[in-house]
Amino acid sequence: MAKPPEPTIELVGIAKQFGAVQALRGVDLNLYPGEVHALVGENGAGKSTLVKILAGIYRPDAGSIKIDGQVVELHNPAQARNAGIAVIHQEPTLFPDLNVAENVYMGRHPRDRFGRVDWKHMYQEGERLFASLDVKLNVYTPVQGLSVADQQLVEIAKALSLQSRVLIMDEPTAALSAHEVQELFTIAKQLRERGVAILFVSHRLEEIFELAERVTVFRDGSRVATAPISELTTEQIIHQMVGRELETLYPKTDVEPGEVILDVRHLTRSGVFEDVSFQVRQGEILGFAGLVGAGRTEVARVIFGIDRADAGEIRIGGKPVQIHSPEAAMHYRISYVPEDRRQHGLIMDFSIAKNMTLPVLLRQTSQLGLVNRRREREVAQDYSAQLQVRSAGIDQLVKALSGGNQQKVVLAKWLITNPSVLILDEPTRGIDVGSKAEVHRIISELARKGLAIILISSELPEVLAMADRVLVMHEGRVAAEFTHADVDQEKVMFAATGQVTNGNHQ
Amino acid sequence: MATTSEHVRGTTYPPRRSGSRLVGLVSRVRELGLLVVLALILIIVGVQVPQFFTISNLVQILLSVSILAIVAVGETLVVLTRNVDLSVGSIVGFAAFVAADLFKQHPGTNLLLGILLGCALGLALGTINGLLVAAGRVPAIVATLGTLYVYRGLDFLYARGNQVSASDVPESFLSLATTPFLGIPALIWFAAIIALIFAFYLRSTRTGREFYAIGSNPDAARLVGIRSGLLIFAAFALSGLLSGFAGVLWGARFATVDATAASGLELQVIAAVVVGGVNIFGGSGTIFGAMLGAIVLGTIDNSLSFLKVSQFWLQAIDGAAILIAVTIDAFITRWLQRLLIIRRQR
Repeated sequence: MAKPPEPTIELVGIAKQFGAVQALRGVDLNLYPGEVHALVGENGAGKSTLVKILAGIYRPDAGSIKIDGQVVELHNPAQARNAGIAVIHQEPTLFPDLNVAENVYMGRHPRDRFGRVDWKHMYQEGERLFASLDVKLNVYTPVQGLSVADQQLVEIAKALSLQSRVLIMDEPTAALSAHEVQELFTIAKQLRERGVAILFVSHRLEEIFELAERVTVFRDGSRVATAPISELTTEQIIHQMVGRELETLYPKTDVEPGEVILDVRHLTRSGVFEDVSFQVRQGEILGFAGLVGAGRTEVARVIFGIDRADAGEIRIGGKPVQIHSPEAAMHYRISYVPEDRRQHGLIMDFSIAKNMTLPVLLRQTSQLGLVNRRREREVAQDYSAQLQVRSAGIDQLVKALSGGNQQKVVLAKWLITNPSVLILDEPTRGIDVGSKAEVHRIISELARKGLAIILISSELPEVLAMADRVLVMHEGRVAAEFTHADVDQEKVMFAATGQVTNGNHQ
Repeated sequence: MATTSEHVRGTTYPPRRSGSRLVGLVSRVRELGLLVVLALILIIVGVQVPQFFTISNLVQILLSVSILAIVAVGETLVVLTRNVDLSVGSIVGFAAFVAADLFKQHPGTNLLLGILLGCALGLALGTINGLLVAAGRVPAIVATLGTLYVYRGLDFLYARGNQVSASDVPESFLSLATTPFLGIPALIWFAAIIALIFAFYLRSTRTGREFYAIGSNPDAARLVGIRSGLLIFAAFALSGLLSGFAGVLWGARFATVDATAASGLELQVIAAVVVGGVNIFGGSGTIFGAMLGAIVLGTIDNSLSFLKVSQFWLQAIDGAAILIAVTIDAFITRWLQRLLIIRRQR
């Protein structure tokens, strides 16, 4: 492909570190006018960090950004905007109370010669903008009623009205229907004709092949490849994305699985996931792989009684059960450790002891409805020691703990309920490497004690190393199932990106 | 109807035209509803008590809500940004005493100087609120609850148990509130002019619109480069300034002022703002609505006194008015959202 000689935007040696985690390691990237450039990589490869740097939300530790050959500093979102960079986030950030036109022009309202906001002119300009995109959107409508797709159009119109040179779309299709995706692509192609440089971040490889001219692959914060899309196959891209050796992080002990404890049959929640079936045995770790948004967490929420299934059956120890609430799930000895510790798992202003004993307060530690303080402390002490929570004592507030130790407190909290099925949702997300190994050790040990464990993780090496079997979900369906022996990263990635509809089902 | 923009809209988006009108109408439902309520009260009470429906009583109603209305303008600015100012009652009381005391101690003082002093005091106190919330990141409800007591305490320290009464101050000060212009007392003019200025500001200036943006989605406001901290600070400073001015008028109107003046006014002000359809979580509402809210509550109070209903009922009915207004608001919002979603799916 013949390219214009001058890139619109030129990134050189961009690096960014968060605590101990090196999110980006000296990344180079050029975007040319009139090209759609795809950026792919596993979860945590550094794509979002790069997007946020370009949006002016993060500042890079090293490296430079040039636009049209001029070095620019992006210290805040306004500077990024003024430099001609527009970012469309997965969930648009708009003003729900204000109408479409005003959302496009906020802070830049057209004014008449007296300096007053010229509403009529603003609506006309807004309508012209949407007409030029060939989009029918009522500029008088408040944004709060709009679909995500329409809200993205508002963001795109805003970018157009700013005459942005660079448009960054961060997984824009994640929340869209197939039809909406096509509409978005039509508009992206239009913008490309106008000479806008587009950076398109997506997990969906088929979309990349449809839209992009070039693709850059990130892995572990580094750029591992940039090539014209025509020179790459899906296999090659996936290989580049995952091509890392398994680290010796995961001390998995082999356990002979026992009886089937949890048996899920044809579980369906309309519009979220469909026809999901699997079994978990005593002492077995079942890995749930898949991309963010594939429906794994949603399945877990139904099993734990937070959401209702529309169809299907759950059997515990062979008997069909109805689980309509987390209390019911706990009664059947199912525990769920959610992904977002801060939001769902822990009360940050409570002590370690209080957090750990929260789920059992009503049943084990209380007599006559009163909290048995001494018993609470004994239990907390016991589990703190077992899980090796590093703290100044069980009275320390959990907000003062590191991510890894917070995760141990969450684990303890659910282990105290004495579960037979433990569902772990991204148990090692956002914690450092050392703590990760400890969490893995704990998981292994729990399996050895006979717990049935469902491990939801977007980190492939973790799932591959820890799980006895791996279930891969893609867009709400089970795309494939592998045993520990015959699974590898590429197979999982193929299934997770929708390249294979069925693996070697057992 | 023949302008080019109408043409474009008429041809390209025919099915949506009625939609935009409907949406525009629904967003005004609250204000229309208040007008209807107001008319109903006037008619019903007017039929039963002939003296109620007279020019002089209507002027009396407006007079009784004017000070409240001026403070409510400032409160609206603050509430739009998703904050609240609980200290306005204390600022009004403090400014009222300081201004009245000034004319008591120095009867020859220039009237304008007294007004400026009250305004300056209000601005200073509002600035403290603004700094606490915008720079100190103290939640507004906590910060202004604190300053409510602090400012009232300062008022007590300053007053030392003294009282200013009508006989202590010059006639010129008292006339500030009552001098008629075109047959209407000055106080009402002050309120109307302030309301118009700020209604214009909020509707027709860029910074005015940014107040709505901040309250509607603070993160999005940051992303489009709005200086939220500065505007929130300005909202509190203006709220203080208007409260200071309202305090001077309070002194002029009631003449008898001690350190407890205007206690509890903040709740009446917030009631007026909320009944007037300003979303307590920011982002929507108008000065016009807040003014209507103040007038409706004032009219209810006035008519209850005509109907010889006890003070107890007065408060209960005010409370009911708030609950009804907020409930209807919630219903309208939900209904509107559902309507928009249905429209989208078609």
